[in-house]
Amino acid sequence: MTALLSIRDLSARVEEKEILSNLSLDVPSGEVHAIMGPNGAGKSTLSYVLTGRPGYEVTNGSVTLAGEDLLELEPSERAARGVFLSFQYPLEIPGVPALTFLRTALNAQRKARGEAEIAAPDFLRLVRAKAAALKIDFDMLKRALNVGFSGGEKKRMEILQMAVLEPKLAILDETDSGLDIDAMRIVAEGVNALRSPDRGMLIITHYQRLLDYIRPDRVHVLAGGRIVASGGPELAHQLEAEGYDRYASLAA
Amino acid sequence: MSLARAIETGDVALLPSRRDEEWRWTDLRGLIRAAPPPSPEWDGPLAPGPFSGVEAEEVLIVNGRGPDRIAVGPGERRTVALRLIAAPNAGSHLSRLAITVGEGAELTLLESHEGAGEAYLTAGDLTIDLAPGARVERIVMGVESESGVAVSIAKVRAAPSARFEQTVLVSGARRERVETVVEHPGAGASVRLDGVYLLADRRHSDITTVVTHAGVDGVTDQLVKGVVDGQARGVFQGRIVVARGADQTDARMGHHALILSDRAEVDAKPELEIFADDVACAHGNTIGALDEEALFYAAQRGIPPDEARALLIQAYVGEVVDRIAHEGARDVARAWVAQRMGGSL
Repeated sequence: MTALLSIRDLSARVEEKEILSNLSLDVPSGEVHAIMGPNGAGKSTLSYVLTGRPGYEVTNGSVTLAGEDLLELEPSERAARGVFLSFQYPLEIPGVPALTFLRTALNAQRKARGEAEIAAPDFLRLVRAKAAALKIDFDMLKRALNVGFSGGEKKRMEILQMAVLEPKLAILDETDSGLDIDAMRIVAEGVNALRSPDRGMLIITHYQRLLDYIRPDRVHVLAGGRIVASGGPELAHQLEAEGYDRYASLAA
Repeated sequence: MSLARAIETGDVALLPSRRDEEWRWTDLRGLIRAAPPPSPEWDGPLAPGPFSGVEAEEVLIVNGRGPDRIAVGPGERRTVALRLIAAPNAGSHLSRLAITVGEGAELTLLESHEGAGEAYLTAGDLTIDLAPGARVERIVMGVESESGVAVSIAKVRAAPSARFEQTVLVSGARRERVETVVEHPGAGASVRLDGVYLLADRRHSDITTVVTHAGVDGVTDQLVKGVVDGQARGVFQGRIVVARGADQTDARMGHHALILSDRAEVDAKPELEIFADDVACAHGNTIGALDEEALFYAAQRGIPPDEARALLIQAYVGEVVDRIAHEGARDVARAWVAQRMGGSL
């Protein structure tokens, strides 16, 4: 069986500086993989290359989602195919209520897939249920998206959007940064509720603590722009105990 | 007004030029070599105006011909759709109108400047007098043709405790200027002078305002936002004068613009001239591009680039539109913005 996400020999650069270097990785449907690594290893770059952020130039390799070439597609087309990125620093969108933004996104994705738009009452019912599960006050969704929200609220908004958009591949970039223990527990429960045989997840994190709440099937170490080690959940604990030093030499 | 004399005499040497400091970004003398012939009468049909869906009494001034005054009696409440139309056969003409609003009266003025012709030169000369306690909300919608030159100058005199609120919505012309000059008495009166310009192609629009606070305890609040694309040019000139003795004046001015194309231009001159003590005055002026990071964020959620731009721009100018008090006019303004975005400006 082919993997949901298949990355082969991927190299990419930002402003002439090579950040990813012949990176290969497979994420099968139904699995949660963690990517850990020191600062500057290329973790966020990987998330941006997968989602097509302008300014990130792929110089080598391939990326497919369910067999389809992702790198050929525009960012919005990748999203419609089921790629979702929970941003490390979610953007503030002044003047656009969170509900409006989310409904626009959902309908744009449906339109791109040739599906009918969601009816307003169905949309509200869907969002109400998902927001309640994430302990998000529904009135907050009437405010401009992320404007004046706390760090924890922004991260919960990301998970809410993920829950409503139901992606095939969810990439969570440093979702635990800026969260206290209670907020992290809520976010982790939200993520765990989305684990499904039809969905793959890539959890990008510097620290092991989030992985106590979202248990990964596989853990990969990213250093020097490529995967230098892979293992089971125990690898995360080992990294927490020993640090990344021993991988610095492997990366060079 | 020298523009009025130029139109009445056909003498283009009288047109305002770049040598007039207040007209340097809207130079008519250098633009117009010969005045179009005087506009004849028009007895043909007229398309519905932009406010035709709002319940209001209609007042028509076509090619400069129509009533010369609107009087709102004390305590009356009226909604007037004032249509200043340059008909398909328009050349050059001047439209003069005096509006008086009696004590405690309320007027909603839905004013449209409609250019159905080509290469016309028009000037509007309005006076609006507010008696004590009178309220006026004026919405000005400019629907000019791209070859037309249209200037409107309104002189507003407010009495104590009057309230004058204005929102100008313009999409430009060959040259378009909407100028508002307000005599502010202080004395519990309040003035709001908002505007939105959405300009594409080679269109030009100029929103100019002058407010003079003559007495203590007056409020002026101004928010103008614009978006320019193509080779368009937006002009904002806002001046607030606080005269000697006009203490406790509260005056705020904001002008913010987005430039979507590197061939588009915005010229802005916000000015506060303060000769009084103990005043709260502030102004802010920003000009920038759409936030690329926000566009990527929207794209990552599946919103295609054109739709994301429209969403962000509508939100940007929506802040001004939301300040329109009259619900029907606010809906017309929202639809106008959405329609402009549909044609990607």
